[in-house]
Amino acid sequence: MISYIIRRTIAAVILLLVVAAVTFGIFFLLPRLAGQTVDQLAQQYIGKNPSPADIAAVKRNLGLDQPVYIQFWHFIKGIVAGATYDLGPTTVHCDAPCFGYSFKTHVEVWPQLTSRLPVTISLAAGAAVLWLVSGVTAGVISALKPGSILDRLFMGVALSGVSLPMFFTGQLALLLFTFQWPIFGRTYVPFTENPSQWANTLFPAWCSLALLYSAIYARLTRSGMLETMSEDYIRTARAKGLRERNVVVKHGLRSVLTPIITVFGMDLGLLLGGAVITETVFSLHGIGEYAVKSIQDNDLPPILGVTLLAAFFVVFANFLVDLLYAAADPRVRLS
Amino acid sequence: MTELSKTGAAVGEPAPASPDGTAFLDVRDLRVHFPTDDGLVKSVDGLSFQLEKGKTLSIVGESGSGKSVTSLAIMGLHRLGARGKNVQMSGEIWLDGKELVSADPDEVRRLRGREMAMIFQDPLSAMHPYYTIGNQIVEAYRVHHDVSKKAARVRAVEMLDRVGIPEPHKRIDAYPHEFSGGMRQRAMIAMALVNNPELLIADEPTTALDVTVQAQILDLIRDLQKEFGSAVVIITHDLGVVAEIADDVLVMYGGRCVERGTVDDVFERPQHPYTWGLLGSMPRIDRDTTDRLVPVKGQPPSLINVPSGCAFHPRCPYADVPKDNVTRTVRPELQQVGTGHWSACHLSPEDRTRIWTEEIAPKL
Amino acid sequence: MSETKKTDPVATVPAQASAPEEREVLLKVEGLVKHFPIRKGLLKRQVASVKAVDGIDFEVRKGETLGVVGESGCGKSTMGRVITRLQDPTGGTIRFEGKDITRLNTAGMRPLRRDIQMIFQDPYGSLNPRHTIGSIVSAPFRLQGVEPEGGVKKEVQRLLELVGLSPEHYNRYPHEFSGGQRQRIGIARALALNPKLVVADEPVSALDVSIQAQVINLLDDLQDELGLTYVIIAHDLSVVRHVSDRIAVMYLGKIVELADRDQLYRSPMHPYTKALLSAVPIPDPKRKGGRNERILLKGDVPSPLSPPSGCRFHTRCWKATEVCRTTEPPLIELQVGQQVACHHPENFDDQQPQDTVLLTASEKESEPVTEEAVEAAPEETAAEEAAPAGTAAEETTVTGETGSEEPADGPGEPAGDAEAEEDAPAQATAASDDAEGTSEKK
Repeated sequence: MISYIIRRTIAAVILLLVVAAVTFGIFFLLPRLAGQTVDQLAQQYIGKNPSPADIAAVKRNLGLDQPVYIQFWHFIKGIVAGATYDLGPTTVHCDAPCFGYSFKTHVEVWPQLTSRLPVTISLAAGAAVLWLVSGVTAGVISALKPGSILDRLFMGVALSGVSLPMFFTGQLALLLFTFQWPIFGRTYVPFTENPSQWANTLFPAWCSLALLYSAIYARLTRSGMLETMSEDYIRTARAKGLRERNVVVKHGLRSVLTPIITVFGMDLGLLLGGAVITETVFSLHGIGEYAVKSIQDNDLPPILGVTLLAAFFVVFANFLVDLLYAAADPRVRLS
Repeated sequence: MTELSKTGAAVGEPAPASPDGTAFLDVRDLRVHFPTDDGLVKSVDGLSFQLEKGKTLSIVGESGSGKSVTSLAIMGLHRLGARGKNVQMSGEIWLDGKELVSADPDEVRRLRGREMAMIFQDPLSAMHPYYTIGNQIVEAYRVHHDVSKKAARVRAVEMLDRVGIPEPHKRIDAYPHEFSGGMRQRAMIAMALVNNPELLIADEPTTALDVTVQAQILDLIRDLQKEFGSAVVIITHDLGVVAEIADDVLVMYGGRCVERGTVDDVFERPQHPYTWGLLGSMPRIDRDTTDRLVPVKGQPPSLINVPSGCAFHPRCPYADVPKDNVTRTVRPELQQVGTGHWSACHLSPEDRTRIWTEEIAPKL
Repeated sequence: MSETKKTDPVATVPAQASAPEEREVLLKVEGLVKHFPIRKGLLKRQVASVKAVDGIDFEVRKGETLGVVGESGCGKSTMGRVITRLQDPTGGTIRFEGKDITRLNTAGMRPLRRDIQMIFQDPYGSLNPRHTIGSIVSAPFRLQGVEPEGGVKKEVQRLLELVGLSPEHYNRYPHEFSGGQRQRIGIARALALNPKLVVADEPVSALDVSIQAQVINLLDDLQDELGLTYVIIAHDLSVVRHVSDRIAVMYLGKIVELADRDQLYRSPMHPYTKALLSAVPIPDPKRKGGRNERILLKGDVPSPLSPPSGCRFHTRCWKATEVCRTTEPPLIELQVGQQVACHHPENFDDQQPQDTVLLTASEKESEPVTEEAVEAAPEETAAEEAAPAGTAAEETTVTGETGSEEPADGPGEPAGDAEAEEDAPAQATAASDDAEGTSEKK
């Protein structure tokens, strides 16, 4: 068990390094391979018509004149141990984990990420609860009465939920519930300040996001339930004289939930890296929105930060899912 | 007998043994049909039999003969689940004086596990993989007994000990996958017997087990039956198991009973060509002969388009022996061919005796 | 018996020499080993291995049928997959027609794939549901690049007819067929390239009795017609008896007995064979009494991860003595046509008559077994007869011995059941000095 955790952690670290290297490479190596000079690269980060001295300063400050692998090394070192930037007359120290400064706004990346993370977590967690409850419930009901009106209704909604794009359902929800009938707030309020206000504002976003996911979960639950309810052990449970409700919940759903946990963990991990479209549509200043902005600006350090954070969440969620899976299914041994 | 004759298939059924007019388990003209897209599947189509406490009845047949559906129907399990929604069922099932076919489903549920219990072929898939053995036995006990978990656990340990599981107080917390096949089947039996049911139905209880383990399990079932005096229905395709454990045998073909009698009758004086076919198909470990087996030709019948007349006629080598094409047009009813021995065949008693003694028996 | 034989670990040589019919050897297996590694820990080091097949020797002669029986987990299926080279052996050699095929690579095996074919148990799983029968049966031609005389289609239709299917089935799909018919399709596919050796792993166990008989007869006819050689792996001892000329009995990765069919069934020498045979329910109600002859083995087969020392059967054997625990008995030919690996064979002279019975062998057992121990010391037979009286003592001893994680049956069993039982008069085929197992009649 312990050796399993150690092995998984090492694997996770390696994976994150690879992700970092690839992202780093895309932004630093590819332009050079495409023939761009260091000067041109540096020029992107200062205003128009820079003097050669400015460019040289940027090059030195950002370390652009060094070989790429050295730059990468500095970057990784910064995350682990913090970094000190020599800006000529002054030096700036940036504590670990240091993802550097935005080239454009010259704001430190990590505080940006941490300040935006609660928004993203709020969005993801709320939506997750909604879609898990509604999706699984709909799936179970559908599976117990396949072909019934309820089944058709749920599966119809599920189909539309999957096929309608987020920017459509999101805009629609925004239009109807925030502007047409303004029952929901417009600006995000942190949970710690006012929980009801927090939920009130986020609710349309949750619903839009949950509609998309609960559709997938309803289908997943339905097919899992249909399969499980024809298992031999369900017949055994019935042969004991258990009430059908207990058979469904204790014996049927218990088995179906295990694979759902797996998918759920990964979905949640992905969302924590930023629900790009949802955050944009609902003007939530989360990780996803940050990512979009940084990409538009070709602002490397934030992009690297967001990518690594997202990758971290996915890797971590996967790890957690595996542990959960082993806890849920006694047949699974972690080794 | 007259009373029973109104149910078609039960013509000439032996008079019920118990004073109140029904045997302990009395199945009368049971029909279980499943509508499907391809047509109506007549899994069981007019089956009658009786079983007293302390006796073992073996239902023999190949896949699709209706033997498993019969057992599920007795337990009321065929109606549950997706496939059971549209099931059509008629006839009567009397268990200890209670009629189950027309009974309220919840009433049948309360009997399930308490008065009638079932063990299944593959104990690995028949037990929930996520719960411990003990948990599952405790659950079975507490459905029908209002006792604490602790008390139920004591009972579970006791049952595990009774079915021969070593160190039951430790093994009770193991998961099914941590048991060997034989141990799992023992645990399954413990679970089925935890409420002292009077009827135990075992559906191919040893088919998934190795032969040495099979011997242990058959022994266990036999001992437990003696101890509890319950009625046992064993469903199997293995005639060796039948000879070993049964008092009575019921041979099913195409959803109906084609022959019924004591185990001696059916093995010594079988009266139906299908029974002959089963006996001839079986390689024998106790015979030196290495002659060719005498298989039943052809395939088992479709339960949607059951052959006209005698369902066995397309595969029967003697279908043309009776006159007037009767095997193709008239469905044979069960007729008494000896004390407690019944057969549904158009062959005359003389023909049957002649064919059995001259043609079949010497080859076995 | 004789010293020379005992020192010869591979007893196939004398077996050959004394074979009654000098048929050409088609397949010769020596010291075959197949271990599946278990890896654990940070560096995935191999910490143990499942010893599925652990050193077996046998040969298959042209035109014969070798039956292989054993309980689940004895390694018989693995053996089948290894000798057909579907899996690579860990050790030993496999010779086919005198040629060493043990280490042949895929390309090297290619021509041999024509000669060695396999039939599988599951007629549902082994046929691709998306392919027509025609394309399934003709696949071997395509794979081997063979163009049969008269064209593929005609040849496939001939094969379908050969196995008792209609040639019109050519364009149908597997789901349109019953289990028995699917198994026939599998057989047709195996026969397409006119193989010399057919290895069938549980070919009839998924089929109904009447269909099973059809398929057995079919295999029989095809052998006569095409001169096929079969290795038939099955758990059903009745089926194996019916189809085989010689039979190998496997236990925990070893062959414990290898003998001509009739000899094996009439007078098995290995206690395990005897127990196995006695456990088969006989379809004859008159012999319900046969239960009394039954030897009920205790517990389950030990784990192949750590098989017992010495003779692997000693943990469950009622005849086990000290030597069984320490020394592995070699597979030697004790009688013409009957090889057995046992120190104390049934129906034959004891190979280790002076050895101490394993009643008191377990040192860690603190439970007093004094009575038996005292009696055990002077004479083996006396001790064995005393055994039933000391049910609990003996059982706990044996259980403690097992040393595997598998639970052993026993303590909870009703008194007589866990005992090795044997009806002495009925089975008195044994020589008088043969130490019979404990006899307690039910």
